[in-house]
Amino acid sequence: MFGFLAQRLFQAIIVVFAMSIIVFVGVYAIGNPIDVLIDPGATAEIRDNLIRQYGLDQPLWRQYLTFLGNVAQGDLGKSMVYNISVVDLVFSRLPATLELVLVSVVIATVIGIPAGLYAGYRPNGIAAKAIMALSVLGFSVPTFWIGMLLIMLFAVNLGWLPSGGRGEVGTIFGIPTSLATANGWSHVIMPAINLSLFKMGLLIRLSRAGMVEAMNTDYVKFARAQGLPDGQIVFRHILRNISIPIVTVFGLELGSTLAFAVVTESVFTWPGVGKLIIDSILQLDRPVMVSYLIMVVILFVQINLSVDIVYARLDPRVRLKGGK
Amino acid sequence: MPGIVHDNVLTVPSAPPIETRITRLRNFWSDYCRSPIAVVALVVILVLLFVSFGAPLVSPQDPYDMAALDWLDAFLRPGDIGSGGYVHILGTDNAGRDMLSAIFYGLQTSFIIGLSAGALALLIGVTIGLCAAYFRGWVETVLMRIVDLQLSMPAILLALVLVAVLGQGVPQIIGALVVAQYAYFARTTHGAATVERGKDYIEAAQSTPLPTSRVLFAHLLPNVLPPLIVVATVQVASAIALEATLSFLGVGLPLTEPSLGSLISNGFKYIHSDRYWLSIYPGVFLMVTVVAINLVGDQVRTVLDPRNAR
Repeated sequence: MFGFLAQRLFQAIIVVFAMSIIVFVGVYAIGNPIDVLIDPGATAEIRDNLIRQYGLDQPLWRQYLTFLGNVAQGDLGKSMVYNISVVDLVFSRLPATLELVLVSVVIATVIGIPAGLYAGYRPNGIAAKAIMALSVLGFSVPTFWIGMLLIMLFAVNLGWLPSGGRGEVGTIFGIPTSLATANGWSHVIMPAINLSLFKMGLLIRLSRAGMVEAMNTDYVKFARAQGLPDGQIVFRHILRNISIPIVTVFGLELGSTLAFAVVTESVFTWPGVGKLIIDSILQLDRPVMVSYLIMVVILFVQINLSVDIVYARLDPRVRLKGGK
Repeated sequence: MPGIVHDNVLTVPSAPPIETRITRLRNFWSDYCRSPIAVVALVVILVLLFVSFGAPLVSPQDPYDMAALDWLDAFLRPGDIGSGGYVHILGTDNAGRDMLSAIFYGLQTSFIIGLSAGALALLIGVTIGLCAAYFRGWVETVLMRIVDLQLSMPAILLALVLVAVLGQGVPQIIGALVVAQYAYFARTTHGAATVERGKDYIEAAQSTPLPTSRVLFAHLLPNVLPPLIVVATVQVASAIALEATLSFLGVGLPLTEPSLGSLISNGFKYIHSDRYWLSIYPGVFLMVTVVAINLVGDQVRTVLDPRNAR
């Protein structure tokens, strides 16, 4: 187990380093941010000063080393647009994204898993067909367009919900969140539903597939033969057996829900990290782009690592094969 | 993914009918037609392909021709008659562009991007997957590790970053989509090819003095093709959706080169002013296209699934 862990950890570190170089070089290949930041009328002297101040006159490898050195000290640089530390900037936006993701994940789970289980339990019923059709829609129709339709219907036509923004922010346990106020909830519910649709479709498909497969196994037939009620078979026997793949994908998809928040946040002008990264791409705010991307890479590598470890805990075959 | 559940009945196979390529194709087609929805979806795709690539013939106006645009025609409601003397079935946009024409042309851009990104990703992904499965050893480890890593990152993020790096324009978007999507093909090819590689016919082919490339592409490839067809349809649909998303976020195509995404993005600005037709109609076309392609892919998957064989 230890060998396996060490090997995976080592790979993860290499990946993070490799990705940081790719991201750094990639992002620095985009245009010259100085052109965007300084008005063309500025004197050459101001220009040179600014270039030196941001370290843009240094060769790329030196800029990268400086960056790494600063990262080691917990300093990810300063946003060129907001002129505050990137760490502060990202952390000030993070609660908004996290609460959005949290609500959407809860919605997806509470609706998706029971719906999928039902669709697998009665696979030929009309309800099952309707559920599956919905999951195809959630899967294939682009998120941003559904978000737009939601705005048109509930904000513009019906006027029930606000079309964007985060609303009033209260505090729970010292964390600022819109989930503390009714007004905040009215702002969060529409983007959260929008963000949940893809994940919901996925959970529906997974739990349906697991259910269909499980219904045909010997242990279920045996349980039936014993005369156990269906409810007990489903919740005590089947759910336990099919929960592992569902939990895995659930964990993996948590990361991509964070990523998809980019789209939803842009549609609903939700002031989270996703909106921040889009704005910084459009404004060529390099330090923010680099930091965000590297954080995302670390997040994904970490998710993968955790999944590997959990798998190795659950399934000795993985452990033996990987540890060689 | 389980398909239709069959009873576990043991059947004694009768003499297999002689199969030629034509009967196989005919069987495939008759299996495909068992789902009426899938047939409708296929017809829809063909119609959309026709109106988009035949856009200069079927659309009432050339939305690229700035001289034909009249500011007085801006924001005409669907069904209004503009200065051109014809009915704008889906209305006009802020520049007086006929929405129907803009959608046909935009659909063309979306199709071109989706199809070429899909084809290129298929080419690259298949080559990588085949090589990994065929050569094994460190080649396989390195290639598949990279692929796995990429698959764990959401395609939208990858594409977003690449477009930001590469800049706006059709070739750049295609490039970004290819990089974001080839991994799906590589994964699928690798899985199928690893199974096929262990079979006798590959060993037999290897024992002849045929060049490796021939064994790879003439012997191995045809046998891993079926699952790839499914992945390809799904990836074309997702390429179209991804491009629309990128353009909507403002990092994709500019409005001078309208795709469905940039049309929707443009319409989104007027969402609060009751000018719904600017964003709804391109969105409907986008949705219909993507869902139709996915439905076709789903049915092809069902037909090709050996568990559903007759």
